Amino acid sequence: MTNTGNIQKKSILKIKDLRKSFGDNHVLNGFNLELFEGENLVIMGKSGSGKSVMIKCLVGLMEPDSGSIHVLGKNLLNLNQLELDALRINIGFLFQGSALYDSMTVRENLEFPLRRHKNKFGNLKDTTPLVEETLKSVGLLKAIDLMPSELSGGMKRRIALARTLILKPKIILYDEPTSGLDPITSKEIIELMRRVQKQYNTSSLIITHDVDCARVISERMILLVDGVNYAEGTFKELEAYKDEKVRAFFK
Amino acid sequence: MSKSSLIKSFFIEIGELTYFALRFFRELISKPFELKALIKQCFAIGYKSLLLVSITGFIIGLVITLQTRPTLEEFGAESWMPSMVSISIIREIGPVIIALTFAGRIASGIGAELGSMRVTEQIDAMEVSGTNPFKFLVVTRVLAATLTLPILVIFGDAIALYGSYLIENIKGDVSFQLYFNKVFNSIAFGDIIPATIKTFFFGFAIGLVGCYKGYYCDKGTVGVGDAANSAVVFSSMLLFVLDFIAVFVTDLFFET
Repeated sequence: MTNTGNIQKKSILKIKDLRKSFGDNHVLNGFNLELFEGENLVIMGKSGSGKSVMIKCLVGLMEPDSGSIHVLGKNLLNLNQLELDALRINIGFLFQGSALYDSMTVRENLEFPLRRHKNKFGNLKDTTPLVEETLKSVGLLKAIDLMPSELSGGMKRRIALARTLILKPKIILYDEPTSGLDPITSKEIIELMRRVQKQYNTSSLIITHDVDCARVISERMILLVDGVNYAEGTFKELEAYKDEKVRAFFK
Repeated sequence: MSKSSLIKSFFIEIGELTYFALRFFRELISKPFELKALIKQCFAIGYKSLLLVSITGFIIGLVITLQTRPTLEEFGAESWMPSMVSISIIREIGPVIIALTFAGRIASGIGAELGSMRVTEQIDAMEVSGTNPFKFLVVTRVLAATLTLPILVIFGDAIALYGSYLIENIKGDVSFQLYFNKVFNSIAFGDIIPATIKTFFFGFAIGLVGCYKGYYCDKGTVGVGDAANSAVVFSSMLLFVLDFIAVFVTDLFFET
């Protein structure tokens, strides 16, 4: 718990001294992060600065060389496969390229995560109402029987978000949620992210290099440079920095 | 790449493939079982290969009979044709040729499919959602290839024998009943059982190599092409190695 003014904030995700190298390429060099309940935290960094590696370490897709990752009070690096899968129900992940399953319809894409975790909803027999409700929340109920190849980029991103939301996660990790989208669709996605956060009461960790996205959605930001936290604060605080490396992000 | 590093990477690949195979068996016996996905894969891998296997088998039967007939005629031994063709098709030519065409279709298909799923992060997405992608994608495909290839080979052998009969009927006026009487008189369980057993191993090798190459695919779209290509090359090579072992073992246990 941390005390910010009169508000007590509960820490739900904590990364300490995270390090990861690929041969001689040291991608993360002691990265630290703390995400509080209900918060929108944006991580900004240039391409190749280690953002995606960090987020993959967070969900167990990659193993860090050293450091610790605590998610919802559990040390992620000490969990066995079953415990990790159980924890992953509480962590949603929106992939940069949406990562919808090509061979399945939108309905099947949303049903897929439920196949192992029906007990979270009291051993659900009919998944249709839950699938429809989640699709409604992203405004794409009409796409329920379409294949991913029939969807536009923005629609794919929305469906991917719906698939993330269906397990009602406590934390959502967004990997470049607006990359490859036109400005109007980007705005729609950002708006959707804000709406979803209120509706589902989630905390968000957003990785982006889109300044507009960071401006609208961030409550706090971390600038990741050379694998370490270079600067930290609100968007306005960072925008006012005189440091060249920080200013480069806002130019 | 130097010779020593080539040899090293070959043995690393063999080690990783062995580990992949062990993981397959571990996941195969653990719950939950993906029965629906298995049936879907049996349909995609087995049923959809029927036409290819039929055409291949039919042509094998025609060609072998056409090529062998003149030699047998020279010795006045045309009446041996059904037994000669049936034994060579059932023991060796049918399983190997059909497995090779199956490898061309299935290993490359699985390699490309899983490879593109890997590079578009679909496999990561399955893992992140707490669903075991290995069980859903790999176990079902390897099992489907293992179970369907023996059926396809038996089917292909039958079609090949029918093709052979057609040539015999046209060229030698041999009736259907006479031809197949001779076929069934000449083949024994010692011909059919070892040949069928080895096709289970062929199917397993094809499914396993295709899945292994696709599951660990990298380097973007180039990697997908590489995965599909190397899956066919590696599984075809492995088929010949397995065939040699199978023939060697059969020779030890069945008097041929």
